[in-house]
Amino acid sequence: MFLSISPAKNGGKTIKKMSKSYSNTKATLALAKASFRSIMRSPSAVVFTLAFPLIFILVFGFLGGGGVHVDVAVAPGSDLQNPVIKALENISVIRLVKDKDAAEIRTALEKGNYDAVIEVQRNKAGTPAYMANVTYTSASLDKGNILKSVLNNLLFTLNSKDVRPTVAQLNESTVKGRIYRTIDFILPGQLGFSLLSTGVFGTAFVFFSLRQNLVIKRFFATPVSRSSIVFGEGIARIGFALLGAIFIILIGHFFFKFTLIHGVITVLNMLLLALIGLIVFMGFGFVVSGVAKSESTIPPISNIITLPQFLLSGTFFSIDAFPSWLQPISRALPLTYLNDAMRKVAFEGAGLWDVKHQILILVIWGIGIYAVAVKVFKWE
Amino acid sequence: MNNTNAIISVKNLVKKYDDFTAVNGITFDVYENEIFGLLGPNGAGKTTTLEIIETLREKTSGEVLVDGFSVDREASKIKRIIGVQLQAAGYYPNLNLVELMELFSGLYGVNIRPMEMLEKVNLQDKAKAKYKALSGGQKQRFSIATTLINSPKIIFLDEPTTGLDPQARRNLWDLIIDIRNNGTTVVLTTHYMDEAEQLCDRVAFVERGEIIVLDTPDNLIDNLVSSGFERKKEVKKANLEDVFIHLTGKEWREDN
Repeated sequence: MFLSISPAKNGGKTIKKMSKSYSNTKATLALAKASFRSIMRSPSAVVFTLAFPLIFILVFGFLGGGGVHVDVAVAPGSDLQNPVIKALENISVIRLVKDKDAAEIRTALEKGNYDAVIEVQRNKAGTPAYMANVTYTSASLDKGNILKSVLNNLLFTLNSKDVRPTVAQLNESTVKGRIYRTIDFILPGQLGFSLLSTGVFGTAFVFFSLRQNLVIKRFFATPVSRSSIVFGEGIARIGFALLGAIFIILIGHFFFKFTLIHGVITVLNMLLLALIGLIVFMGFGFVVSGVAKSESTIPPISNIITLPQFLLSGTFFSIDAFPSWLQPISRALPLTYLNDAMRKVAFEGAGLWDVKHQILILVIWGIGIYAVAVKVFKWE
Repeated sequence: MNNTNAIISVKNLVKKYDDFTAVNGITFDVYENEIFGLLGPNGAGKTTTLEIIETLREKTSGEVLVDGFSVDREASKIKRIIGVQLQAAGYYPNLNLVELMELFSGLYGVNIRPMEMLEKVNLQDKAKAKYKALSGGQKQRFSIATTLINSPKIIFLDEPTTGLDPQARRNLWDLIIDIRNNGTTVVLTTHYMDEAEQLCDRVAFVERGEIIVLDTPDNLIDNLVSSGFERKKEVKKANLEDVFIHLTGKEWREDN
């Protein structure tokens, strides 16, 4: 009723198969393929690896386009056809807001939405030709100071247009450097975080659930070796995370002008760093899968590992901006070094040898965490 | 069954956990091409015994040979000639049945056509379904299909029919008998005596880690009757399950 194969044929097959030697590579690759398929269909893996980092990149990519701006309101009734306003309009740092009534301007100033208000009137008395009245707000003193120096500079230039300098003449020039955009800071950080969460959460969940649901036990009833199981899973996760990394880098490069100094070489260097980082982070995942008592304890334990690094490893802000007592903690975390190395490689065009210090610290973390993983990892 | 060539030989098998003896000196042989049943209540040591023979568990003492290979020294050789269905085993998440079959063929290092394997257990229509989406009977049939991938000499089935409805149970019996008729030795555990009586060539009763009796179902029943045992109630020519099957039909059902 069920079996269509005759006993003789079946027996013949068995003998032929037995004479062939068992291939660990084939078993490893079969597992890698199965695991990769499974990851691609797992919503949480896709969300953590791709969606979250991309959302952050989108937000910061659009937010931080142009650096510092000073919003200056032009008081109602102010003269608009004068050299001061004209000059201000040509200064990129200053954004002039016109056509607002006095009450609106006042509230915006109090909230700090506008940084100052300026009023320019033709002087009825004759000299000087115009009077400019500026009101700053205590809600935005630093921007006010920027405006103050812009105005001083501007008025000096206007007033001394036809006057020869008597004491000294200021000659200014600017070195032409690469534009360091927000994306150049944010993308490596988000990439690092993506690798961290894929490595920790993904690895922890997979090995815990395979163990809990007796999937691994069923594997042990086949000739597959333990190292094939670990390597097969590892290959799949690394493959998935690196594809994610390429995707993030390309989106960043083509849509947000993320700087890749040496093009493809830079991307390859970044992927190598990603690989090193990911292997270290997967070590944390192995530890979590061994330590967790139930499926619901995996997220909190994983968060204890990922959140501090998310916040303190320079994902969003440079760690130089942290208070000095916090910086040693930041400098102890592996993600700090991955982020640092990624930024150096991508923006400064450093080679892997130039970031050997960062790689060395990652390797030390790796050795430490795998030493723990070997102790706490459970197969059953 | 005249063939008394032992394919599995268990001698004085003992398994101790800290202060608990799960298996306490079991000795038995399984003959080539028979269906051998380990019967007994929960916690009697059936599964532990099975898992030691399957090389999934270390024994405390004793000797176990499977097709001449020792479980201590040649576990990997044993794994290649046996098929194992575990009680409540799960399968890799997010994969459909064909993909799971591909995975197992890689793990066993053999080339199979996944659809052929699924046809053997009548699951070809579920090829693209996930294991989780299968009914109880379908899950068990799929588990049995995974045990056949490496064309094993012996398959082990741990409570294959527990929780199935009568139709699914009978279909599984037919499947198990077909597998045996194709030359495979079958070792199974069960709680159901009617199942053992129908399926097994020989059965061993396990109680508190020991075998209390081992014989063919016929001999065991005859011995009991000859000792003067009588059922309290006159046995009818059919039982309630016969009535159920008769009324609801024995034919295959989509959700079996």
